[in-house]
Order: sequence, then C-alpha cells, then structure tokens
Amino acid sequence: MARYIIRRLLQMVVTFIGTTFVVYALMFANQNDPLQALAGDRPVSDNVRQVLTEQYHLDDPFLVQYAYYMKGLLTGDLGRTLTGRPIGDVMADAWPNTIKLALLALFFAALFGIGAGLVAGLRRGTVFDNTTLALTLVVVGLPIIVLAPIAQLVFGVKLGWFPTTAGARPDLYGLILPALVLGAASTATILRLTRTSVAENVRADYVRTARAKGLAVRRVVSVHVLRNSLIPVITLIGVDLGNLMAGAIVTEGVFNIPGVGSKLLLGIQTEDGPLVVGFVSVLVIVFLVTNLLVDLLYAVLDPRIRYE
Amino acid sequence: MSDLEMAATTELGARPGEVPPAAGGTPPPKTRSLAGDAWYDLRRNWIFWVAAALVVLVVLMAVAPGLFSSADPTACNTRRQYAGPSGGAILGYDFQGCDVFSRTVHGARASVLVGLFAVLLTGVIGLVFGMLAGYFGGWLDALLSRVIDVVLGIPLLLAAIVLSKRLAADRSGSGIVSVVIVLGILGWTTAARVMRSSVLAARSQDYVAAARMLGAGPLRIMWRHILPNALAPFIVVLTIALGTFIATEATLSFLNIGLRPPAISWGIDIATAGKHVREAAMPLIAPSLFLTLTVLAFIMLGDAIRDAFDPKLRR
Amino acid sequence: MTYQQYPHPTHGYPASGESQTAPVVAGWGDDRSASWDTPTAAWTTAPSRARVERPTSGEHLLDVRDLRVEFDTRDGVARVVNGISFHVDPGETLAILGESGSGKSVTAQAVLGILDTPPAVVRGGQVLYGGEDLLTMAPERRRQVRGQEIAMVFQDALSALNPVYPVGWQITEALRSRRGIAKADAKRRAVELMDLVRIPAAAQRVDDYPHQFSGGMRQRVMIAMALAMRPKLLIADEPTTALDVTVQAQIMDLLATLRAELEMALILITHDLGVVADVADRITVMYAGRVVEQADVHTLYGAPAHPYTRGLLASVPRLERRGQGLHSISGTPPNPIAIPQGCAFHPRCPYAQQMCRITEPTLLRIGRLDRASACHFPPEALDARHA
Ligand SMILES: Nc1ncnc2c1ncn2[C@@H]1O[C@H](COP(=O)(O)OP(=O)(O)OP(=O)(O)O)[C@@H](O)[C@H]1O
Ligand code: SF4
Ligand SMILES: [Mg+2]
Repeated sequence: MARYIIRRLLQMVVTFIGTTFVVYALMFANQNDPLQALAGDRPVSDNVRQVLTEQYHLDDPFLVQYAYYMKGLLTGDLGRTLTGRPIGDVMADAWPNTIKLALLALFFAALFGIGAGLVAGLRRGTVFDNTTLALTLVVVGLPIIVLAPIAQLVFGVKLGWFPTTAGARPDLYGLILPALVLGAASTATILRLTRTSVAENVRADYVRTARAKGLAVRRVVSVHVLRNSLIPVITLIGVDLGNLMAGAIVTEGVFNIPGVGSKLLLGIQTEDGPLVVGFVSVLVIVFLVTNLLVDLLYAVLDPRIRYE
Repeated sequence: MSDLEMAATTELGARPGEVPPAAGGTPPPKTRSLAGDAWYDLRRNWIFWVAAALVVLVVLMAVAPGLFSSADPTACNTRRQYAGPSGGAILGYDFQGCDVFSRTVHGARASVLVGLFAVLLTGVIGLVFGMLAGYFGGWLDALLSRVIDVVLGIPLLLAAIVLSKRLAADRSGSGIVSVVIVLGILGWTTAARVMRSSVLAARSQDYVAAARMLGAGPLRIMWRHILPNALAPFIVVLTIALGTFIATEATLSFLNIGLRPPAISWGIDIATAGKHVREAAMPLIAPSLFLTLTVLAFIMLGDAIRDAFDPKLRR
Repeated sequence: MTYQQYPHPTHGYPASGESQTAPVVAGWGDDRSASWDTPTAAWTTAPSRARVERPTSGEHLLDVRDLRVEFDTRDGVARVVNGISFHVDPGETLAILGESGSGKSVTAQAVLGILDTPPAVVRGGQVLYGGEDLLTMAPERRRQVRGQEIAMVFQDALSALNPVYPVGWQITEALRSRRGIAKADAKRRAVELMDLVRIPAAAQRVDDYPHQFSGGMRQRVMIAMALAMRPKLLIADEPTTALDVTVQAQIMDLLATLRAELEMALILITHDLGVVADVADRITVMYAGRVVEQADVHTLYGAPAHPYTRGLLASVPRLERRGQGLHSISGTPPNPIAIPQGCAFHPRCPYAQQMCRITEPTLLRIGRLDRASACHFPPEALDARHA
C-alpha cells in the first residue's frame, strides 16, 4: 500500500508538472508581449509592467521563469493579481464558500442519487424506475448554464422559495439552491450507476447467501446489496469532482457566491492572467489529490483491491 | 462531460464480431450482421426516433435559418427593449431589442458548426492515436496512455478556460476556430481510449492473426479488419461527445471566452438574458430550451445507438 | 446404444446387509446444550422467534410434497421442478442426485424460500417442516426458519461469500443480527466455528477476507456459516463441485462427521454418484424436475430400478471395472421449456417403448422396501432380486 501511494504521488507530480507547465506556457510562452497578453485589452502602465516583469522573471529564460513560478506555487506564494492583491489572500477568502457549496452539492447528489438509484435498482421496470431514468437523462443533457439561471428564475424570482443570490457572506440556506443546481448532473450520474450496480448485485450469490441466513430484508439490502454497490459509485464521485469544479464557476457566477469559481470567472472576464493561472493550478492540485484519496478509499471499501 | 463519455467507454468496451443473442419480441431475420441487428433494434426504439427528429430539426435550422424566421437577428433596436411578441417576433424582444425567436433560430448554426468540427477533429486525433497505440503497443502505447492520463487529469472546463484565453489573445473573428481547436485538443482522449481498446480486442481475433500470417500489412489490416469492428463504439462516443461539445461551447461563450459577436451563440444570449431575468424571462428561456434539446438529442442518439449495439445491456 | 454394457447389478457395491451402518437418528428433542456447543448467551437465552413445533411422532423433519416451480423466461415457461416429493427424517442424510440442469438447486432454494421471484414462480405443492407448510407461512415466520432451522451451503463458495467482509464477520452475522450477541462474543464464536470445520489457525484467519482463502477453506467457511445458528437440517448444494478431488473427499468427510456430531439432518445435492456412496442413507434421483427413483443407498447401488439410474451408475469409475471403459448416457438433458411428452427420459432411454412416449410414468413403490421408481419398465434385474 505504502509503495502504491508513493508511486501514485510520483505520477501525480509528473501530471502536476505537466499540467502547470502547459498552463504556464500557454499564458506566457511565445508571446510578443506576454504582459499585454496577461492583461488582455487593458493598457499596462509602466509601473505595473515593471512589477509584473519582476514577479514573473520575464527577463530570464522561459524555463527559469517556470521554475520560479513553481517555487512560488509550492511555497504558497501565488503572486499577485493585476490589481495588486496577493492571490493567496483572494483564495483564502474564497475557499470556505466554495468548500461549503461543493460539500453541500455532493451531499445532495449522494443523498438523492444513491437513494433513488437504490429504489430504482431494486424495482427495475416499474413506473418509478422508468420515470427516474428518463429524468436523469434530461438532467444529464441539461447544461449548467441553462439549469442555473432557470432555477434562479423559477425558485428564486417566481416562487421566492430561496434567495436569488447568496450574497457576500452566504448562509447555509442561501447555498441550498446553488448546491442543488451544482449537484444536479452528479445526482443523475450517481443515480444511474447506483441503479445498474444495485440491479446487478441483488442477483449476486452472496446476497442469496445473506437471505439464506434468514436476515431481515432491510439488512440484506443495506449491509450486502448497498454496501457492495457503492464501490463503483465512490470512484464516480471522484471523477465527478472535476465537473463539480467546472460547474462551480458557472453556479457561483450566477448566484453571486464569492467563491473560487466566481473569482476565477471574474478573473477571466477582467482578463487577470496571474489570477487565472494561479487558481487553475490550485484547482488542478485539489483535483489530483482528491482523486488519489478516492482511489485509496476504493481500496478500503473493496478488500480485494491490493495496490502494489 | 466525462461522465457520459466514461459511461460510454466502460459500458461499451469493444466486443468485435460478437453476434448478439436474439432479443425479445418477434425474432429478427435469421442471418444478420451486428450492424443489421443493431439497426433492427434501433428502429423499434422510440427514443432513437425522437432524438433523430430533433437532430434533423437543429441541423435544418443551422443550414437554413430563413425557413424558420425571416427576421434579421442582428437588427436590434433598444427602443423595442423587452417588447412583447409582434409580427414575426413570436417570442418578443430582449434587453437590446433583438428578436428573441430569430436569434434563437440563428444560434443553431454556431452550435452545430462547433460541434461538428470539434467532433471531426477529435475523431481524427482519437482514431489515429488510438489505432497506433492499440496496434503497435509497446512504448508508443505507454507514451500515449500517459499523455491521455495527463489530459484527462485536468478538468475539461478548467483547461478550456486557460486554452481559450490563450487562443483568444488575438481577438478577431467569431472565435469558432479557436473553440474548435480547444475542444479538439482536450476532447480526443475518450475517443482514443475506445479506439485503442477496440483495436486491442480485434487484434487478438483469429481472423486478424490469419490475415497477418498471410502477409497483410498493418495499414491494410487496420483498414479492412480492425476498423469495421471498432467503429460502433467509436461512433457512439463521438455522438455523445457532439452533445457535450455543444454544451461546452455554450458554456465557454457564457463565460465570455468562447464565441464573440458577430457570431450568435446560445451561450452568449443565455448569459446576457440571465442578468436581466427579472425584467423578461423569455430571452432566457428560448435559447436555454433550444440548447438543452440539442444537447439532449445527441446524447439520446448516442445512448440509443449504444443500446442497440451492446447486447449485454439488453433487457 | 451402449446400454447392454451396463454393469450387472450383482457386482460392485456392497449389497444391503453387509457392513451397513444404521443411520444415526439423533433425538429431535435432545438437550442440545450438551453437545459440541459451548453454551453462550446466544444459545442459552430463549430465542425470540416463533419456534416451529417439534413434529408429532411419525412425522418427517422435512416433507416436500409435489413441489412445482416454473420460470417465466423470454422464450416461454420453463418447467424446472415438476412435482418433486421427498422427505428427510431427523439425523438422516438424503442425497439428491441428478444431472446438471435437472432442477436440484431450484428445489433446494424453493424449500428455503430464497428463489428470485420473479422470474421463479412456485406453482404448487407443500414444503412441510415439522408439520407446518413453509409455502403458506407468513413471510416473517418463514424467515425465522431460514438459517435457524434449515441452513444451506452453496455450490460456489467464492461467489457465495461477500467479498467485502471478513469471513469471521460473515460467519457470525446471523448470530449478531438475529440473536443480538455482542461483538466480542461473536468473534470468539467465529473462531470456535472455524475450528469446528477444521480451518487451521482459525484465530489468526478470522479477520481475513474470502479471496485470501483456498477453495477448500472457503467451502469450510461456508459450512461454518451455515452451522452458526445450529440448524436441524443442512442442505448442501453440490458443496464439492468447485473443488479438486482430494479436497472433495475432505469436505465430504467433514460434512459426514459434523452431521453426526451435531445430530442434524443433511440433504446432499450432487450430480456425482461416487461422492455420496459412503455418506448418504437414502438417495432421491431427479430427472427433468421429477423424481425418477427413490431408494436406500445400498439398494440403489446394488440394483438400480430406473434406466436413468443405471446409466448414472455405469458412468461412475470403479476399480473392479477397470479396463471396461466408462459409459455415459447418450443424448443431452431436456430443455425445461420443452420437456418431452410421456416419460421425460424416453429420448435417451434404451428401453423406451411406444407407451413411454405417451404416458408419464408415476413414482411407484417397488417391493417391500421403501423404494420407488418412475418407469413403465423397471429393469428386470430388480424383479429378480426382490420378487
Ligand atoms: N433464473 C432462472 N431463469 C430461468 N431459468 C432458470 C433460472 N434459474 C434456473 N433456471 C433453469 O432451471 C433449470 C434447473 O436449474 P438448477 O440450477 O436447479 O439445476 P441443477 O440441477 O442445480 O444443476 P447444476 O448441477 O448445474 O447446479 C436449468 O435448466 C435452468 O436453466
Ligand atoms: S418409462 Fe420408458 S422411457 Fe421412461 S425410463 Fe422407463 S423405460 Fe425408459
Ligand atoms: Mg445447482
């Protein structure tokens, strides 16, 4: 196990270096005027130009620039935004909101997805099963840029059940609607996978054994069917995290939640290059680390898996 | 997007040459190919027909928007801001006083163009890389697999954001080309994986070994023996990808890093209308509906084809 | 047809009378705490279940009457079990014998009530346990019987054990969830049970997972699990099919020993005549979901009274027939969707006459012994012996 973790970490480092290198290169390499590219359409004052040149070591060769950037990244120094705020500070403000939102979204997705998927898998071919299946198909096809504003319109503006925007210091209630929107696609995929997995497992021999022991139906379903069906679902949740991040950019933007996603969106729109690069790098790290954790969790859930 | 593609990959895999057992209902004619059998199933699937009809409709809108709306989508007049339906503008006017229906109809072109070219690009890259990796194996396979891992290791939208920013550096044109390139660079991995596993499966088949023994060259073997069998899962993945590419294009445009005016994109319109949703809902609803239906149509189409081709999933 | 070469009934297995051991008929109402079992809370506290009453004298422990099971399949109705009857007495070992697909497992699962319905439908019959019909019993009451009164060992232990839980946990799961014994006690019980089925180093292995055991050891785990609730009847469904020959013999020995030690009844399902000779008291032979012959084990080996049984016997390798070659029954078992008219065996039977194609033979008693055969023309040898 330890060896596996070390190998995975090494692989992760390779992926991470590859990714950040690509991101960094895209932002800086081969530009006639990298600073102008960073700043987008805005004019760059000499003052800013000087600061940025120093910050990005633009006078040095490209690889050295990248090395400096990596060093900063690893020591937690993400540099400054074009407006001069330390990117680390911006992140520190934004992360708590995003983490709250993402956890809430995952919670809803797991709750509804696993719950309904279990029922659908146990009662395959029934009205409930067919209805949820059709619904999930629609939800999977529903781009979040459609879902977010429409949900805001219906449940916020028209029905008034939830606040339309979450505000500067979002409370849990204000985050419910955005979390439902953000988790919708994951709910659908989790539901479908749970359903397939459950339908397969109820017919498994060990479930028959469990019934032969005279266990109560409730126990057979929860301890044997569900537990075994969740193993693939866990991996899916890991993969889904990437989609969740992407979705957070739109969701936070629409609902005005001051999180990582909306800051990134703002950075994109104001063409704040350093901020975009910094945020994306950190998000990629988060994504890679959570995926590693999910893989390890997978081994915990399924004792047959031995990572060597 | 990767969910669906992943589902397609894992559920489909590749079982070349496997003839599915007879499905329920009236048995299909005795001698049949895999494709013939799939087509037999497909014709009986209402989802397929609904999806196909929607696809035809959207393509028609993209090719000849004049058939649906004669109004000029760019002829906007702020004096008509939020005006109700009148004349040809059956859905009223938006914030800038543009004809909502006309804009929605004309928005199809950009989506279809981006989706189509992005799929072509990813298809070609995926086909070549997947075949090379699957057929030759060895270090080439190892290298390509690592590259795929890295590309898959980055969430698509995050990568697209960075890439788009870079490609959009020269702000000229409608941005369609750069969006297609972005999607092509980032979207080929699933197609390549599916192709690779299909090739691996086909390579171990007896008839391929026989052809090799008879001295057929790699190109000929790939073209004549492997490709036909690997095509079904590949097409399924690409069909679903078409839907997700259209959604991604809209998202990028929504985020202001995709298409730019003068291109008319549902994503841009949704973003603008979303900001003024309190004043008028229709400018938001119309493009949202069309975008959703288009994405859904391709995903359902891919789903239906996959179900038809995959005997294991039949019930 | 190779039928003429079937062994003459007078040689081979010991005739009844020689070296026959009387079946161990254990007391049904014995004081059970006196046996192998160390009394723990699990055993001594009165279980909170509806106890199935002990049978009045003369009743069988399990009495299956005219059981019928069908499957609704895409291609039609599969009549898998077509009026099976058999019985087991306390402490007795009954072997149920039949080719693959003859409906043995389905019968066993119908008795236990663990068939998947749908697609299976129990069409009729009775399953009397201690005089009560399990088929008409309330589901909750029936669940109490499962595992506690009747337990089952499955064919493929690897898939029948849940891969994600330790074996000890699985062995005592029923004890914990149904009798509420504490975790620590449960672990001790698990080790005891693993010792009982002769798993070496039980205390170290109790927390291992099924995939870490060999096939034979896994089957022992299955057996330990089935014994955890101390059932009065154990149904072993081809417990040795997945194992290699030496391990097969060990598992068979173990089952026979445990059956005697624990004074339970045993139903041994198998398709291998050779396996059951030393273990079983009586044999029920199944073909296409019907009973074709029922007999005491020695009688059956000595003089099979059904052409199918004769065929089966001829296909068992035996030392004294070395050099004569093996004979198997020609043809294939019938498809349960289209069982032949009349005697289901007639397409493969060398004795078949016109009558066999039209009329289904009923299971009739033969001679004075407790034996029966469903054949219009039972082999002549039988008449010679028992007339
Ligand atoms: N779920 C099912 N659906 C349809 N048919 C079934 C189902 N389960 C069993 N059958 C049919 O019932 C018949 C008997 O099956 P069963 O498992 O009882 O055979 P068996 O005698 O135990 O054979 P084996 O020695 O191979 O275990 C088979 O022909 C099988 O096709
Ligand atoms: S009834 Fe006829 S066909 Fe059937 S076993 Fe007896 S002799 Fe053979
Ligand atoms: Mg069986």
